[in-house]
Amino acid sequence: MSSENAYYVPHDAKWPIIGSIGLMLFFCGFSAQLNNTPSASIVTMIGFLVLVYMMFGWFGEVIDESESGAYKSSEDASFRVGMIWFIFSEVMFFAAFFGALFYIRNFSVPWLGGDGSGAITNEYIWNGFEAMWPTNGPGEVGGQYEKMGAWGLPAINTLLLLSSGVTLTWAHWGLIANKRKQLIFGLILTVVLGIVFVGLQALEYSHGYHDLNLTMGTGVYGSTFYMLTGFHGFHVTVGAIMLTVMLVRSIKGHFTPENHFAFEATAWYWHFVDVVWLGLFVFVYWL
Amino acid sequence: MNKLKQLCAGGAALTFMSSIARADYGLNLPVGVTETSRQVYDLHMLILWVCVVIGVIVFGAMIYSMIYHRKSRGAVASQFHESMTAELVWTVIPFIILIVMAIPATTVLIDMHDSSEPDLQIKVTGYQWKWRYEYIGEDVDFFSTLDAASNEARRVGSDIDPATVDNYLLNVDKPLVIPVGKKVGFLLTASDVIHSWWVPDFGWKKDAIPGFINEAWVKVDEPGVYRGQCAELCGRDHGFMPIVVEVKSEADYATWLAEQKAGSTAEKTAVIEEIDPLELKNIGKKVYTANCVACHLQKGEGVAGIYPAITGSAIVTGDINQHVDLVMNGKPGTAMAAFKDQLSDTELAAIITYQRNSLGNKVGDAMQPIDIAALR
Amino acid sequence: MATVTDSLDDHHDHGPAKGLMRWVTTTNHKDIGTLYLIFALVMFMVGGAMAMVIRLELFQPGLQFVDPGFFNQMTTVHALVMIFGGVMPAFVGLANWMLPIMIGGPDMALPRMNNWSFWILPFAFAMLLGTFFMDGGAPAGGWTLYPPLVLQGGNGFPFMIFAIHMMGISSVMGAINVIVTILNMRAPGMTLMKMPLFVWTWFITAYLLIAVMPVLAGAVTMLLTDRFFDTTFFSAAGGGDPVLFQHIFWFFGHPEVYILILPAFGVISAIIPTFARKPLFGYSSMVYATSSIAFLSFIVWAHHMFTVGLPLQGELFFMYATMLIAVPTGVKVFNWISTMWKGSMTFETPMLFAIGFVIMFTIGGFSGLMLAIAPADFQYHDTYFVVAHFHYVLVTGAVYSIMASVYYWIPKWTGNMYSEKLGQWHFWLSTISVNVLFFPQHFLGLAGMPRRIPDYSVQFAEFNMWSSIGGFAFGLSQVFFCFIVYKTIKGGEKATDQVWEGAEGLEWTLSSPPPYHSFSTAPEIK
Ligand code: HEM
Ligand SMILES: [Cu+2]
Ligand SMILES: [Cu+2]
Repeated sequence: MSSENAYYVPHDAKWPIIGSIGLMLFFCGFSAQLNNTPSASIVTMIGFLVLVYMMFGWFGEVIDESESGAYKSSEDASFRVGMIWFIFSEVMFFAAFFGALFYIRNFSVPWLGGDGSGAITNEYIWNGFEAMWPTNGPGEVGGQYEKMGAWGLPAINTLLLLSSGVTLTWAHWGLIANKRKQLIFGLILTVVLGIVFVGLQALEYSHGYHDLNLTMGTGVYGSTFYMLTGFHGFHVTVGAIMLTVMLVRSIKGHFTPENHFAFEATAWYWHFVDVVWLGLFVFVYWL
Repeated sequence: MNKLKQLCAGGAALTFMSSIARADYGLNLPVGVTETSRQVYDLHMLILWVCVVIGVIVFGAMIYSMIYHRKSRGAVASQFHESMTAELVWTVIPFIILIVMAIPATTVLIDMHDSSEPDLQIKVTGYQWKWRYEYIGEDVDFFSTLDAASNEARRVGSDIDPATVDNYLLNVDKPLVIPVGKKVGFLLTASDVIHSWWVPDFGWKKDAIPGFINEAWVKVDEPGVYRGQCAELCGRDHGFMPIVVEVKSEADYATWLAEQKAGSTAEKTAVIEEIDPLELKNIGKKVYTANCVACHLQKGEGVAGIYPAITGSAIVTGDINQHVDLVMNGKPGTAMAAFKDQLSDTELAAIITYQRNSLGNKVGDAMQPIDIAALR
Repeated sequence: MATVTDSLDDHHDHGPAKGLMRWVTTTNHKDIGTLYLIFALVMFMVGGAMAMVIRLELFQPGLQFVDPGFFNQMTTVHALVMIFGGVMPAFVGLANWMLPIMIGGPDMALPRMNNWSFWILPFAFAMLLGTFFMDGGAPAGGWTLYPPLVLQGGNGFPFMIFAIHMMGISSVMGAINVIVTILNMRAPGMTLMKMPLFVWTWFITAYLLIAVMPVLAGAVTMLLTDRFFDTTFFSAAGGGDPVLFQHIFWFFGHPEVYILILPAFGVISAIIPTFARKPLFGYSSMVYATSSIAFLSFIVWAHHMFTVGLPLQGELFFMYATMLIAVPTGVKVFNWISTMWKGSMTFETPMLFAIGFVIMFTIGGFSGLMLAIAPADFQYHDTYFVVAHFHYVLVTGAVYSIMASVYYWIPKWTGNMYSEKLGQWHFWLSTISVNVLFFPQHFLGLAGMPRRIPDYSVQFAEFNMWSSIGGFAFGLSQVFFCFIVYKTIKGGEKATDQVWEGAEGLEWTLSSPPPYHSFSTAPEIK
């Protein structure tokens, strides 16, 4: 065997241990903040910076290796399969919250309202509570609130995200056809759409908190609403950062029509985030 | 060292004593005293025997093979390694056995779920760490806590031998009383965390979940005293919230119920008297031991981070009204319960007076039952 | 397909770096495997020490040593440490060591990430164990973390949540690596249905891990926000339900128990044929049985929740589905016994542990079947009967298989034979003590002793004493095990490459110990 098809095994990986330390500092700092420990936020910040440093370093190293031609089809295949299963794990993470939403809407709230086996519960503990959606529960936790409508910002956001999926695919076509302008322009559009989405989402939250009295503490409606859209928004943010990196790398000319796994992985991720949004739009905002 | 000695002595004594007490020694599920519990017992025995028979066959084959197919006996390995028939056989036969077992299990389960048309209903509420029993439609409502003798003996370093305590950890100050031969419906819930109400002789346990009510029922055949425990981890004193059910004949039950009602009416109409602060402190000490020690500990030192100390506490040594408010209404999201349902006016006044003037505190003021009554 | 290992800097025969940094920065699957195994051993000892405290307090009725709050911390952290720090990392360690070799690959597919999967763990457990020193102590609400109780925890609570997140990140990365390795790194000719069963079972385990660890992450995140950010997922007043947590937790939890046992099935399926000198009976049915167990494990979760007051239809469904799992599990046991049948058996330590596994895991399977019967479970649930059940499947199941693998492969790993005499002693001491420890717990549970209690009524005294004595003996036996392992690493009779007369598989074609890079040339698969 010639070393041309040798499987690339890197040596002396220093980034993982830095990542572990960063992760621990970040989580410890944040935990201590939750416990109101004074100046814990400094630890959180340091942890965060270490993590950022790790990511720059780690990805930088991988990019260098990639650019120097260390990866061949077998490494590429590993990255692909790895990315697919990573996305699957993310799907399952969201599944937990969608599952919670499903249970709350179809079981716990109806039971509290006296449906099925909940008749006694309703009669003796929550008399007078009627099941409906949205709800902040029989204890009216968080007080009077208004529902977040589906056809204002959320509908616009749906359009934005869907079009960002299109622009991204268009950019990808550009990449495959070796049309650099199309690639870069498509990516810029996608990033902008992503950022606008996050911005509008922030606007919507502020509207929820200030005008509708809809907060995380607004019973299960507020809980599921902010938890699901919040984690989604976080993923969009991460995706937008990834896209930005892809943009920079495209400008630097890292990608060839044959070899651009990082771009594809980012695109998969972005589409996954897109699909999650559709679920959100239907089950959190609309129905 | 001392503890070790104690342990050895205790161990030796125990071996001896338990052989005396072997009569009430359980190895198996109790048959119990209800139709349901007998059905459950039968199911248990059925499945147990099925397992034993399969076990004898499987382990028998294995042991036979281990004896006869060993190299030291000159066994030569055959090379067979597949048989569709065998695989089919040991897929289908267990499947059939399972179906045979599922049928009676289903019947019993359906039966247990039928809590319709009870003769009387009792709402059971789990608290950290006691049970509350409300007889629905009757004016009877009381708490049931670990009895004082067990409570005393179970402290670390109490030096009391549990074997000398009557029904150690399985005795309460005031048992639940139900009539024999009647379908008693239970409405189970909890006020703080999840508990589980379990009397083995009745054949089931059911979780008591805050904010929800679970239903269950019993129809007991024989009068007697039946004991059980909380079966769902509910915090520090999870091991110390027993259940005692006294099953009485219908007549005895009626008498008991009448007494209880009379008692609660008397309590309501009684004139609330002024009590001497010193006397209050004495009552308070008892109330503290029964209700507060579990978390705030004997000397009021608490446990840092979860159970604040009483000694020197800002609330206890501060404004008395805030102190009263905290004790009566609790602190949501923590283990601090709202004691206004659990304690009488006198007990509340006593506990507050006690906390303010003992356990290292010397505030000097006192609370009177009448003032508590006014706050209700 | 990938075949040769090398690095960019192109020095072919380099060995490991020197000193401590070798272990911190290594990307070598064997080094990382070793790290995992050592970490798991340390965690077994830590968790074991907590078990000793528990058994000491339960030695006789009355509270002699610890306060009930601390007792609850012990049971909670004992379980978390054993499951997430002991059994899981041990199996990942075995996977790291053996998978690339078994499939004829050069290394794990994503070596740098492999390093990170491991190096997250010590930090995660430092956080978890650190909670003992915080106000309010370690988590004490049980490893199942049920709200509302768990929300009453002290300052350690958020640290525990994030420690679990870190363990989850580590597991998911590890699992991704396993899948990618199996899919992409096989030597030419190593088709899926030629892979050793250990590879197969790990393949399926990895899918389970990726599917359920994120669900656990979601569940604990909701706990965190319920406690600190006013959400009400698990509180009825806001429209939630404490039982919702249990559903999500056990949707993770039941597959998790199969994550803990499937790799064990793989190990046993390697060891029994070796010492019976006979091919594994029913290879393909083993693969299908494993797959169906994995599938079923997703639809049985509520058998842990029969007493929460599920609707009747729900209880019936989960009862039937759970009973069904006994079928493929039975198939496995029957296949192992048929493998032994008409073999030419010898009983070296790995085989003893494997046989111990088959017998005692089956006992745990029987009690599992009993627990599956919902009406009977109303009696068994949350008693020592359940404790006996899961310790039979986990200790004499999962842990026994780990010990069997250590004896089986340690000659390959170190190049030294362990002492057969000491190994046999270890087996018999463990097996006798573990049964004294756990068998009486069946009786305790049936007689009415709830689990997770620090003190009990005197009628339970005798069996508890026996159980504690068995516990101490079992604990000591494992200290002895550490000694045996240490001694073997230090030296001993040199092992041959084949090691075991009847062993088949690629690992035995390599030298003992194998070269730093396993297969520099892809082996030929017949
Ligand atoms: C034939 C296969 C099995 C069946 C039918 C079965 C059934 C059950 C059932 C019904 C319970 C709930 C009991 C209760 O809490 O009332 C249970 C508990 C448990 N099982 Fe199994 N089981 C099987 C195999 C396994 C295996 C292979 C493992 C792990 C390696 C395992 C680990 C556990 C654990 C850890 C618990 C207790 C969890 C807790 O409450 O903390 N089981 N099993
Ligand atoms: Cu309880
Ligand atoms: Cu399970």
